Amino acid sequence: MTPALRRWLFLLGIAGFLAFYLWGLTRLPGFGRYPGPYGFVINRIAVGQTNATGVVSAVNFEYRGFDTVGEEFILFAAATGVATVLRQLRDEQQGGPSRAAFGEAPSGTTDAIRLASLVFVGPVALFGWFLASHAQTDPSGGFQGGVVLATAFVLIYLAGQFLAFRRVSPADLVDSVGAVGAAGFAAIGLAAVVLGFAYLYNFLPLGTVPGAVSSSGTIALISFFVGIEVAAAFILIVGELVEQTLLVRAEGRNS
Amino acid sequence: MTPRVADALAAAYRLAVVTPYTVQPALMDALQVVLLILVAAGATVVALTRVPVRQTVALSAYGLLLAVLFLAFQAPDVTLSELVVGAVALPILLLLALTRVRRREK
Amino acid sequence: MSYLPFFVVAWILGVGLYGIVTSRHLVHQIICLIVVQSSTYVLILGVGYVTGAVAPYFYDIPVHTPAVDPVVQALALTDVVVEAAVTALLLAFAIQAHKRFGTLDPHELVQLKG
Repeated sequence: MTPALRRWLFLLGIAGFLAFYLWGLTRLPGFGRYPGPYGFVINRIAVGQTNATGVVSAVNFEYRGFDTVGEEFILFAAATGVATVLRQLRDEQQGGPSRAAFGEAPSGTTDAIRLASLVFVGPVALFGWFLASHAQTDPSGGFQGGVVLATAFVLIYLAGQFLAFRRVSPADLVDSVGAVGAAGFAAIGLAAVVLGFAYLYNFLPLGTVPGAVSSSGTIALISFFVGIEVAAAFILIVGELVEQTLLVRAEGRNS
Repeated sequence: MTPRVADALAAAYRLAVVTPYTVQPALMDALQVVLLILVAAGATVVALTRVPVRQTVALSAYGLLLAVLFLAFQAPDVTLSELVVGAVALPILLLLALTRVRRREK
Repeated sequence: MSYLPFFVVAWILGVGLYGIVTSRHLVHQIICLIVVQSSTYVLILGVGYVTGAVAPYFYDIPVHTPAVDPVVQALALTDVVVEAAVTALLLAFAIQAHKRFGTLDPHELVQLKG
């Protein structure tokens, strides 16, 4: 089958598929005419029931908490898969990368990049922590905060300090922190079961002021665990990919 | 706290809390239409760029456009996520993988 | 106007799938998959939008202000982050394929058997 024939066959198929797709979509109530009751019901009762002013995070970690456990474990499994595939790839090389490749910056790093990266490490880490701890008040949450926190570590690598990056995020520690985060979320649910409620029931005191950092019970705690788990997963993934590139540079020098 | 400072604070609080949705709906609609068209164009550019490194840069810009579209859809949480993931984390992962693949080919 | 977001969703889906089908590089295919996934975010956020409503955060607005649907935002939010991790897994497989077969062209990868 030639590429041109494949292209025309695809265009035919996609035209038919999109015709049905659009026929189905145009029978929806239209953009802006949201009819369903659940959105309005949750907007009305969420602040009163959970003392959390960020309704999206309340939905994520409280009303729909069980699905979020599943999604967090998808992330965890994907990170574990990346580590498995790439570490096995690394071990298949003879011995592993030479230490001489570690101290160097990625080629083409100017002083401007290094300075800018180092300057931003602290504020980005602080911002990531702020996002992960304020899930119940503002548009924040464990997922975004975790990725921003991981970005702070990646900035250390971009500043040319691969040794520093490896020192602050050794592979064993990152693995353990990720596992603690994933297990912590599941454990909070199990703690609710042990205390006699349903799984992931909000059993901690709800606080008095809606939207304070210490209010809304388990939502803040779950967001913290999700934050460290997402951060550990992304640091793990980036660390594995970086070691792959170092491997290439080392064997390029040896050959 | 003097009474004048208390009055000023109360006025500011009332302004912050009681201010309703002040953007004209027609303006918000126009913004959404423009952003939707830009997103469609951005997706076309990303899919039709064949060189992966250039496509990564295009993906970063597309993530930024998508984030602004989500903001116009009144979803700031999704904006934050898309911004951090689509404009920062994904290009990092893609560029690292491309470096790994490209050095091998030399 | 009331159906423009759905047309844009269909367009993005079609363009992304076209990129996947006519691709000659595994990483290009992965990026087109990201584009296809982004069309679903636009779709579900478009379904949950209420005209003239604000974001569902009641920190400094009264609780009974009309707000958009928070459930679809929760779905889209976790989806975006999980997509990045799954993309990383796909990239790891691409690296593995490159090491094993020396090429990243999907047409040639199909023919290398045995």
